[in-house]
Amino acid sequence: MSQANNGAVLATEADNSEFLVFSLGDEEYAIDILKVQEIRGYENVTRIANAPDFIKGVTNLRGVIVPIVDLRIKFHLENVEYGGQTVVIVVNVADRVVGIVVDGVSDVMTLTPDQIKPAPEFGVTLSSDFLSGLGSLEDRMLVIVDIDKLLTSEEMALVEGASQG
Amino acid sequence: MDIADFFDTFFEEAEELLADMEQHLLELDVEDPDSEQLNAIFRAAHSIKGGAGTFGFSVLQKTTHILENLLDYARKGELELRADLVDTFLEAKDIMHEQLNAYRNEEEPDQETYERITRTLQQIALEEIGQSLDAPAETTPLTNTSAPTADEKHAENTSAGETPKSGNAGRLKVALINVDDKDRLLLVEELEQLGDIESQSGDDKRYEVVLSGSVSADDIEAVMCFIIEPDQIDIQTLATGQASPEAEASAPSAEQKAAPPAEQKASPASSAKAETAGAQAKSKTKKAAPESASIRVSVDKVDQIINLVGELIITQSMLDQTVSDLDDQSGASSSLQNGMSLLQRNARDLQESVMSIRMIPMEFVFSRFPRVVRDTAGKLGKEIELVTEGKSTELDKSLVERINVSDTMSDEDVYQLIFAPGFSTANEVTDVSGRGVGMDVVKRNIQGMGGRVEIQSKKGEGTTTSIVLPLTLAILDGMSIKVGGETFILPLSTVLESLQPNKDDMYAMAGDDVVLKVRDEYLPVIAIHEVLDVENAITDPTKSIAVIVQGEGRRYAMLVDELVGQQQVVVKNLEDNYRKVPGISAATILGDGSVALILDISGLHRLSRAKKEAAKPANTQTMSFYKESEPS
Repeated sequence: MSQANNGAVLATEADNSEFLVFSLGDEEYAIDILKVQEIRGYENVTRIANAPDFIKGVTNLRGVIVPIVDLRIKFHLENVEYGGQTVVIVVNVADRVVGIVVDGVSDVMTLTPDQIKPAPEFGVTLSSDFLSGLGSLEDRMLVIVDIDKLLTSEEMALVEGASQG
Repeated sequence: MDIADFFDTFFEEAEELLADMEQHLLELDVEDPDSEQLNAIFRAAHSIKGGAGTFGFSVLQKTTHILENLLDYARKGELELRADLVDTFLEAKDIMHEQLNAYRNEEEPDQETYERITRTLQQIALEEIGQSLDAPAETTPLTNTSAPTADEKHAENTSAGETPKSGNAGRLKVALINVDDKDRLLLVEELEQLGDIESQSGDDKRYEVVLSGSVSADDIEAVMCFIIEPDQIDIQTLATGQASPEAEASAPSAEQKAAPPAEQKASPASSAKAETAGAQAKSKTKKAAPESASIRVSVDKVDQIINLVGELIITQSMLDQTVSDLDDQSGASSSLQNGMSLLQRNARDLQESVMSIRMIPMEFVFSRFPRVVRDTAGKLGKEIELVTEGKSTELDKSLVERINVSDTMSDEDVYQLIFAPGFSTANEVTDVSGRGVGMDVVKRNIQGMGGRVEIQSKKGEGTTTSIVLPLTLAILDGMSIKVGGETFILPLSTVLESLQPNKDDMYAMAGDDVVLKVRDEYLPVIAIHEVLDVENAITDPTKSIAVIVQGEGRRYAMLVDELVGQQQVVVKNLEDNYRKVPGISAATILGDGSVALILDISGLHRLSRAKKEAAKPANTQTMSFYKESEPS
């Protein structure tokens, strides 16, 4: 294989992105896998008084105090339950560690740039500002969330003085 | 390896030397100066001069040179000390410090102050001793020391019974002991600058260089000490016209046996015990100063270790809890428990020793006060006696750093009793009375550390300012309390007492507010379960426990369900990954691995007021006071 060929292969691979796919109710969402630190169960969360309801509290992640956000509450989903399947995705955004509660993690997917469609202007609950696009995968649709923007946004109230971001 | 790599070492050492010099100058009794102290001041100046010369910091070197000469007269008793002379010396020290900082920032030091201080010092020499000092050597930095003045040589002769160094055109054998290749190359380069190298040979363990020239052993050592430790250097004077350099180099072991240096006795390499009155005199004076063996480690690394030990403690308590929950049926469990208690002890010991790394004696802070007091007294024309006690009390390093903020504060400001920003009683802004900026910063800093300031003053009797500080920032003595099913930590330093409230002692005030009468004092009641929305908590105050706490000088009665006990907790910042939470100062991790929040007394009070206010006009949303920003 020639050098030029090699380069071409690498270039297309670099354009593809890997996403972690998780579910909130019946909907499928995806976030950039590079933001994900680990996935763990939902347990031992200490409530923080007077915080918005979607901030479940803080937990101890090997000595680090990590806030836990329930995206199901944030996105106004019904049937918010905490059970054995409830999973916390620990993500790294803006030099912070934040845990997000989801109904389950399904798989890791690679999407090519043409599989990612621009997100339409919609939704009051989830502004399209926080979306990187919609991933289409045969009969499935993935809502690709810009987790950085979402978690540092003012309405998440996770970061102090986030408005200037 | 570049010589620039040693700049930092020089800066740090020079800084320490300057601090030493200041301390000795301040302690100096002008009526009856202690010769040991004068010697120490002189030595500090001398070492700085040597280092400054090596690194080409000529302004600093020249300033130090003149000061050194004057100090030399002083220690020989030819210059009679007076308070104003000491003031000038202190001023010179300050200027040297400025020059040092300038070099550190890669700037040229201020020429004007340099000229002024050298003129002043020259003037003193002229007036007090009746002779002018030799002008600072204008030669290249590295060779300036090669022509010691008559005074210097005289000084060396008289100091502590030392034998004279090799004078002009002498030959020295410099042995480098246990110096690695990189440093050795650099040192040999240095030596080339100081004189002519006749021969050199040896290995890592002992490398000998025969040097001819007019440089003194003292100067060589002063230069080298910025790169290697004093005991790694062994300098011997060779008689001129001794065996040829070649023969010398070929038989270093014979030479070594004949004249082992004093400080080499301990080293296994030298077996012979014979002592010569030889040249290694300077090293003796060096040895006399208490050499505290220490290494410099970055605070980050120490903090990392502290964090890890904190984790270890938590893991250990988790295990401990699991073990104590075990059914004590099998014999294995008892040996397990033995192991656990051993682990617990070791973990605690480890934690203590690790914490002590961060601890610095209070002396470090106090050492700056004498100067401030002396200057203030001089300016105000008042006599001030400074008494410091408990210098050896150890404080966390970060506390010590923050106390230093108050360093710029003067006694005058304390009398103002006012911490409000912008407050000042002074009509004019002078060195001593300020613009009223500062005390508010001090107060904030102290509160930020979990401490408090109290001032008591009586006219004509003076003022007592008490600053109460926690011993360390990373670990807190806490009282764990339970409200509903939730556990919180109260800083033990804020807890005064706890009691069961009596219904008769509770009074309602203006509708919502409740006060509790405790020994003729009415304390505002803060019900934790209300402020922090805790469910399933005891709502009847007479069934709960009132903890009397103190925050920002005010007392409150906090209603909690249960007191669990006292424990040391590792303080974890909430803001690292989250944000500041009203009423909560930080978090910690309990023995079972869960997170408990540490309560902030004053914050809770503010929160409770805000909540009551928000509740008045038609139940406003919770969000409104959540967003309320802390006045910080």
